[in-house]
Amino acid sequence: MLVLSPLLVPLITALLTALLARHAAMQTRVSVLGAATQLIFAAMLLIDVLQGGRQSVALGNWPLPYAIEFAADALSAAMVLIAALLGFATVLFGRHWNETGMGMPGLQPLLHGLLAATAAVFLAADLFNLYVWFELMLISVLGLLVLGGKRRHGDAAFKYFAVSMLGTLLMLGAVGMIYGATGHLNFSALRAASIQPGLAGALPAYIGLLLLAVLLKAGAFPLFAWLPASYHTLPAPLLALVGGLLTKVAAYVLLRLLADVFVATPGVLIEALGWLALATMLSGVLGAAYHWDLRRILAFHIVSQIGYLLFGIALATPAGAAGTVFFLLHNILVKAALFLIAGLMWASAGHYDLRRIGGLYLARPLLAVLFLVSAFSLVGVPPTTGFWGKFLLLREAFDQGRYVWGGVALAVGLLTLYSMSKIWVEGFWKPHPMQQPDHGPAQLRPAATALPATAYTAVMLLSLVILIMGIFPDPFIRYVDAATARFWTGALR
Amino acid sequence: MSLMLMLGISLTVAAGVLLALSRDLFRLIVGLAVLGSATNLIVFMAARPGSLIPPLVEAGTQQLSTAAANPLPQALVLTAIVIGFALLCFALVLGAWLAGNSAGDADQLRDAEPAATDAVKPPVLEP
Repeated sequence: MLVLSPLLVPLITALLTALLARHAAMQTRVSVLGAATQLIFAAMLLIDVLQGGRQSVALGNWPLPYAIEFAADALSAAMVLIAALLGFATVLFGRHWNETGMGMPGLQPLLHGLLAATAAVFLAADLFNLYVWFELMLISVLGLLVLGGKRRHGDAAFKYFAVSMLGTLLMLGAVGMIYGATGHLNFSALRAASIQPGLAGALPAYIGLLLLAVLLKAGAFPLFAWLPASYHTLPAPLLALVGGLLTKVAAYVLLRLLADVFVATPGVLIEALGWLALATMLSGVLGAAYHWDLRRILAFHIVSQIGYLLFGIALATPAGAAGTVFFLLHNILVKAALFLIAGLMWASAGHYDLRRIGGLYLARPLLAVLFLVSAFSLVGVPPTTGFWGKFLLLREAFDQGRYVWGGVALAVGLLTLYSMSKIWVEGFWKPHPMQQPDHGPAQLRPAATALPATAYTAVMLLSLVILIMGIFPDPFIRYVDAATARFWTGALR
Repeated sequence: MSLMLMLGISLTVAAGVLLALSRDLFRLIVGLAVLGSATNLIVFMAARPGSLIPPLVEAGTQQLSTAAANPLPQALVLTAIVIGFALLCFALVLGAWLAGNSAGDADQLRDAEPAATDAVKPPVLEP
């Protein structure tokens, strides 16, 4: 039952927080406790998987290919742990956070519903179950998007709904047709069925449809416009959770489906994915270069980083998959940390727009250091997590002779540096535009003299993990190597 | 039977796409709902319907008779209907709320992204 615990704990927490909707203080305490419990269970699951290999539980009192299976292998366990860590940091950060959309009674249940659905997607070993939990993720995010209650929240939620609904329908149709072609939904049974020679005709088309649905949810080129149009209306902690996690869940699903389940996918689809990855990287980073709103800059960088993940998947080797998983873990942490730091910048300087803020280097030196850690990591300056992630991916790309792909990935890193320097120069270095010359070095928003300590703690927790992963990458690289050793080969667990 | 289902699916998809491409929010929502029904039919058809014998295990036996209909796609469609219905309800309420705030048309969904006043720089957002 340990396999199910990272999913059951947040479900129970969601229920408890919904019951405590009228007791705000108690609700927040239960929420923090629930997130911490999920983190502990996720860590226990990881230790269990490290010691005993793949853990699986089959529900429904049927023998295995027909039962609903939840399974944790090394990849799933790592993803569950990182999602739980992010959930804990988010809840901690949001504890005393005051921004439009925070403090609503419905927030904590939806947040834990989102955490439960995410953990379940990582653990699902059944295609239809995967679809259902993906939908629950969508429903939770829709709820979180409208909590603010202003016109802009409604606008963003509607755009998000319309595009996600289309993706949902594509995914459901593809799942149905794959079931019709193979007669299976379980991942192991699907892998066995998909390498049968008789299915070579129809199955690739259905897999292509499924990939299209997942790519839409991942925010790949040219289907990413919904992402920067909706995410920025969320308050900082929710933005960190949603922006840090959701598109990355789709990237995980893509990796799982291509590298582990449908291992016989025709090369033309993989090749197309690689070129799509380059377009995604470039359009994301160029979109970010245009914008001045911190949240939009970071939202466009989500798209750009998704490009790196697709690029790693398109390399179609165990080494490429290892690099992808390392990059996935790194990117979830760094992206969330940057969104939280953007929230702290907003709280200190009074605005998300870089043209209206400044002077943070003198006013908040600690925040500046924390920003540098995450920004360097996003760019890929050694020795940070981003460097190791990109190093693993690029080494594999150049080994395969993919010089164009690798070259574009390097150039995108340079453009990322441009965006991060823009935030640094405009937000931290230049004086605040409303600063009076005789008011000392840093006049900031009067109400924000003290930032909540819990918020700082959450960012420091994430930054600490980023630093450890960057300075001592060896055990992590060995872990992802072992987790993806049998990917793309069709070898059984 | 398959041919009729196929024609039905094609017509439903066509109607759904036509409605979903509308700029009117309610037509869009209804279009997505119609597309959802078409998708449910696709899942149903993927299981090659044909048998009219209900998938019930007869008294005294342990196994379903091989002539019975496949119950799994029906379970899948049922789940998909529940999820689709929940999303439809949510979207209808959201659409009504947006229309009440004078945004019944997709072109008016501009509040999250105000129109740019400068060709080079994006607009400065209010806090």
